[in-house]
Amino acid sequence: MGKIVLDRVTKTFGHVEVIPPLDLGIDDGEFVVFVGPSGCGKSTLLRLIAGLEDVTSGEIRIDGEVATEIPPAERGLAMVFQSYALYPHMTVRKNIAFPLKMAGMSKAQIDEKVMNAARVLNLTDYLDRRPGQLSGGQRQRVAIGRAIVREPAAFLFDEPLSNLDAALRVNMRLEISELHNTLGTTMIYVTHDQVEAMTMADKIVVLNAGRVEQVGSPLDLYTAPNNLFVAGFIGSPRMNFIEGAEAEAHKAMTIGIRPEHLDVSQETGLWEGRVSVAEHLGSDTFLHVQTTGQGTLTARVDGEFAVRHGARVWLTPEADKIHRFDESGLAIRENGVAS
Amino acid sequence: MARATSKRRKAVMTGLAWAVGLLIFFPILWTVLTSFKTEAEAIASPPSFIGFDWTLENYAEVQERSNYFRHFINSVVISVGSTLLGLVIAVPAAWSMAFVPAKRTKDVLMWMLSTKMLPPVGVLIPIYLIFRTLGLLDTLVGLIVVLMLINLPIIIWMLFTYFREIPGEILEAARMDGAGLRAEILYVLTPMAVPGIASTLLLNIILAWNEAFWTLNLTAAKAAPLTAFIASYSSPEGLFYAKLSAASTMAIAPILIMGWFSQKQLVRGLTFGAVK
Repeated sequence: MGKIVLDRVTKTFGHVEVIPPLDLGIDDGEFVVFVGPSGCGKSTLLRLIAGLEDVTSGEIRIDGEVATEIPPAERGLAMVFQSYALYPHMTVRKNIAFPLKMAGMSKAQIDEKVMNAARVLNLTDYLDRRPGQLSGGQRQRVAIGRAIVREPAAFLFDEPLSNLDAALRVNMRLEISELHNTLGTTMIYVTHDQVEAMTMADKIVVLNAGRVEQVGSPLDLYTAPNNLFVAGFIGSPRMNFIEGAEAEAHKAMTIGIRPEHLDVSQETGLWEGRVSVAEHLGSDTFLHVQTTGQGTLTARVDGEFAVRHGARVWLTPEADKIHRFDESGLAIRENGVAS
Repeated sequence: MARATSKRRKAVMTGLAWAVGLLIFFPILWTVLTSFKTEAEAIASPPSFIGFDWTLENYAEVQERSNYFRHFINSVVISVGSTLLGLVIAVPAAWSMAFVPAKRTKDVLMWMLSTKMLPPVGVLIPIYLIFRTLGLLDTLVGLIVVLMLINLPIIIWMLFTYFREIPGEILEAARMDGAGLRAEILYVLTPMAVPGIASTLLLNIILAWNEAFWTLNLTAAKAAPLTAFIASYSSPEGLFYAKLSAASTMAIAPILIMGWFSQKQLVRGLTFGAVK
């Protein structure tokens, strides 16, 4: 079981309020991603759940039990750190066995569990090495192994992939997702990378300055962002924002159009402009278009679309894909009421 | 051309390093040489360097006149005892200052260090009186306590610098893995800090072994270590250089041998943190 509830939780460091009162519910077995820019308080929030930081006020409940006063060792949670935080003086075997040893298990039980974890994580050949003799990806797997052996109520991941190179990151992303499918244990995952958030999460919590901006499934956030911050943060390349007369025509302060919802034509369209940069990714091409009147807009077109720097193009937004925002940055829904 | 200059430069530097090394080592060398001379040769002018009649008679006489072994045991008990006691107190102190620093932790560290700036003689009288009242004069326990206290700031500082280099996340990982404070210190922190603890231990044994001010002033006979053994050969009736040298050689030999075998560890400990 791994149901975690945060009830009016706050955290202040000295006089600085890092987390203003925050409510959040995480269901058993959910994969929840905390995402936000650097310094938004996402790691602090994770450390509060772990018990590595004390909450200033409010309550954290794990499976219905108030955990606020329980030390981290007794919360039944496992954590994977950004730096992996392996014990450098212990072999891989001893690293993975450490939480079991702390739990007072018998040697036979420990051996069996360590072997199982090593098999799942492809670490069997490395059990007698020290962390210093492993690659980044292997170290990461040891850290995960150390977390899974004790069958925790929930896993906490603190930016676990940010020290890996791009190719390895994609691999580990898949491995962690698979692990979640196999184990079915609650996972809370902190990242600043919205691609990781979108690809892995059942539920994304977008944080900004310690505040929850929106909670929802990846597609919810993508199709119906609550406000300008979420609209701009989720999606890559980011959403185009247009203010002024064009926005007023839609009865909004700001309108937002995602790059893939702009039709690009070389003959005719709504907004005229010149291509300043064309980024060819092969599968897609991102056009950065300097328009007359609407600033620089980004459009996503097919990889085959033949256009080069300086070309004249016309952009037309898909009418039903326009996001509208009011003066305070909140989304205006179909019925015209700000949510 | 460049190679030639750098070669010459290297030769000069090597020569200089040897010169400085010999200069530092010379008093010890001279002491050892003198210990093999007769009293007359020891004060002869000009002194002879090697061309004298080598004799072991000083060592024999020193052995006869005083109980070297007892002083040696006292020195071992005092230096090792005070260092171990110091470590027991310093490990938790350094742990708390390195991993749970408070607003004034830096000030506390500086204050502890400032006690080393006080001339010991400034507190001799109060400490002497306290020792007399508590019956600690000329006891091993008394010396262990006083040497532990005077070296404690150094022990704490050395351990503190070591502990600070240990990433806090590893200790947090231990906590998440279910380790209590005791297990955290025992299984994770201490093994990682072993090189640091070892060099702290070695350096402090040497400092305590060589300490002369307190050992001379607070002991008479029973608890007197090797420093007092040396001092007993400088009498008001006159100096017997050869015998004094023999006593000194016997007193410094054990610690010199220990230092020689552990020099790698010591150098690493003393330069830790300076180069990474």
